[in-house]
Amino acid sequence: MAEYNTQILICGGTGCKSAESDEIGNVFKDLLNEYGLDDDVQVVVTGCFGFCEKGPIVKMMPDKTFYVHVTPADAEEIIKEHVVKGRQVDRLLYKDPKTKKSVSDSQHMDFYKKQIRIALRNCGFIDPENIDEYIARDGYMALGKCLGEMTPEQVIDEIKKSGLRGRGGGGFPTGLKWEITAKVKGDQKYVVCNADEGDPGAFMDRSILEGDPHSVIESMAINGYCTGATKGLVYIRAEYPLAVARLKTAIKQAREYGLLGTDILGSGFDFDIEIRYGAGAFVCGEETALIHSMEGLRGEPTFKPPFPSESGYLGKPTNVNNVETYANIPVIINKGAEWFASIGTEKSKGTKVFALAGKINNVGLIEVPMGTTLREVIYDIGGGIKGGKKFKAVQTGGPSGGMLTNDFLDTPIDYDNLISAGSMMGSGGMIVMDEDDCMVAIAKFYLEFTLEESCGKCSPCRIGNKRLFEILERITEGKGEEGDIHKLRILSEVIKDTSLCGLGQTSPNPVLSSLSHFMDEYEAHIKDGRCPAGQCKALLKYEVVEEKCTGCTLCFRNCPVGAITGERRSVHYIDQSLCIKCGVCFEKCKFDAIVMV
Amino acid sequence: MNKITSLADLKKIKDQVQSKIKLRENSDVADTLVQIRVGMATCGIASGAKETMNFLIEETEHLAIDAVVTQTGCMGYCYAEPTIEVTLPGKEPMVFGHVDKVKAREIIDRYIIKGELVDGIIPASYKTIDEK
Repeated sequence: MAEYNTQILICGGTGCKSAESDEIGNVFKDLLNEYGLDDDVQVVVTGCFGFCEKGPIVKMMPDKTFYVHVTPADAEEIIKEHVVKGRQVDRLLYKDPKTKKSVSDSQHMDFYKKQIRIALRNCGFIDPENIDEYIARDGYMALGKCLGEMTPEQVIDEIKKSGLRGRGGGGFPTGLKWEITAKVKGDQKYVVCNADEGDPGAFMDRSILEGDPHSVIESMAINGYCTGATKGLVYIRAEYPLAVARLKTAIKQAREYGLLGTDILGSGFDFDIEIRYGAGAFVCGEETALIHSMEGLRGEPTFKPPFPSESGYLGKPTNVNNVETYANIPVIINKGAEWFASIGTEKSKGTKVFALAGKINNVGLIEVPMGTTLREVIYDIGGGIKGGKKFKAVQTGGPSGGMLTNDFLDTPIDYDNLISAGSMMGSGGMIVMDEDDCMVAIAKFYLEFTLEESCGKCSPCRIGNKRLFEILERITEGKGEEGDIHKLRILSEVIKDTSLCGLGQTSPNPVLSSLSHFMDEYEAHIKDGRCPAGQCKALLKYEVVEEKCTGCTLCFRNCPVGAITGERRSVHYIDQSLCIKCGVCFEKCKFDAIVMV
Repeated sequence: MNKITSLADLKKIKDQVQSKIKLRENSDVADTLVQIRVGMATCGIASGAKETMNFLIEETEHLAIDAVVTQTGCMGYCYAEPTIEVTLPGKEPMVFGHVDKVKAREIIDRYIIKGELVDGIIPASYKTIDEK
């Protein structure tokens, strides 16, 4: 058995791989062999270190030296100096941009660990079906502290001081909401958890409920104590079966321990939680629609005010918060408002969980402090764009949000900055798009979603979005008309101003933001009958460049519909009436003789 | 299960479960006790985490490795599911990605038994609430 005394970790993330990290690994192995060190030193390929901008990255173990921008040519020096003589290779160390000094130990690198897990603190750490593991991690301590040592006013004050804002997207100050619900008089009050996560590409709340259901239960009980509610309801979509199952188990265990039920922890406070299932309608994430759905009525929104805090479930004062908001509460109570408020920006405190998806290397669930830039999220944590393509935009806020382009990569992410950039925080879906995405088609995609999910109660949303969609469809089919852009704008503004609820009021956002950032793409579709990203099939045409075609017949043999004709060693032709624009010929041609026009 | 009726009770239980876990981590008998956590959120299960977990349980038992295999939620590395975290006694936890049966076999044979690292480590990229 080989006892290795040193390990060389080489980043095998996609970013570093495209910068020859494989080759570096091979050079290391060859050299170790040559020096007779292969029994002492092991070379290991790892996943992404999340610092792709400085890649390829090599980390030495056990001393944790972190080398950046390593090339195959550097491998020998690392072995000769670091491994044999035990001296760090200074020129390959990371230089702190502020102090210009070399930093050798990755644990002291601020840049390296961009994420802080508060809402996700137990996700991927404890067994979600074992309440003891939650308790071992300070679980229910916050509830105990509130019930035993604090008055409801003190708890609310602590939440207010922490600066926590609603994580469902709106960003309403959580402490204030609690205070309003607490002040309204009512014989029965309710605490509701909104787990109706509906944005395409978002899975933050599901992951919290699947990984740490007790944190939500504990917070709802704390809220009950503060507002005077004795009943809690979790509204969750039936499409989340695992989250439902784990939540049920958690509620059962909490009841068995007496952490839900009557006279909790001997304080005289009663509280229990029930689950209500949603059928997965996007509009039911809107709090008034959610409440109606729980009441057994159609999931349709109603005009606010009155807000649920005053008149919610069954007409009683109801506090509605989202899953992630609740997941933050126990930490604020345990570690203090000041600690929480020390993270984040001036007006947005704490962290935000994002579901990173789309054309990005490290698709995943991340939690970053407010104020982190999009660049850090996409390049340092997300590992950059898939296939080394060019970044085009990122959609935050799902179908209610907007597209953020290159210009906003260095904007710190918080509620207010995202709104002034023409998007919104939303619940935290982040979909990354690259140069191959057509922004008109993306706007159409989101609109199709809201169109489908519109409840149909108010006409601006029901009819207006349909008309918007038809115009976009026309444009992507090459039938765009002069004046369409103007119509899109006017219609969008009317829908925004006159719709009843948040769904309609935000549904034109993808259209408006793509219009303001990608006007050139709209114009290319309408005026030149061209889709710059090559996505809108109706506007595409594949043609053979006669001078380049060698008559190899490869395209002819691969065309699935027989649209290509031609003899061996003579120029081939594409019959446009048969072509389905699948692009196979374009991909197969070895001579670049087929072009997309 | 006994009801917890006061904060003092809760603290007592916390100390108990914590010491149980500590015991698992630090005691001398636990020289060979290996902790394995398998990410079992929807994303993990969809990528085959259940098979991986069953395989780990069967194989550690078969090889008489003193191991505790538990499930946990999403570790956040959806691009590398199934993910598992292995903590060898006295060592820092190590996360591995793309752990199918073949990879699990390699991790058992090389990392758990021999202590050699294997390819596919996912470096921890976040701070915990205690670090901040």
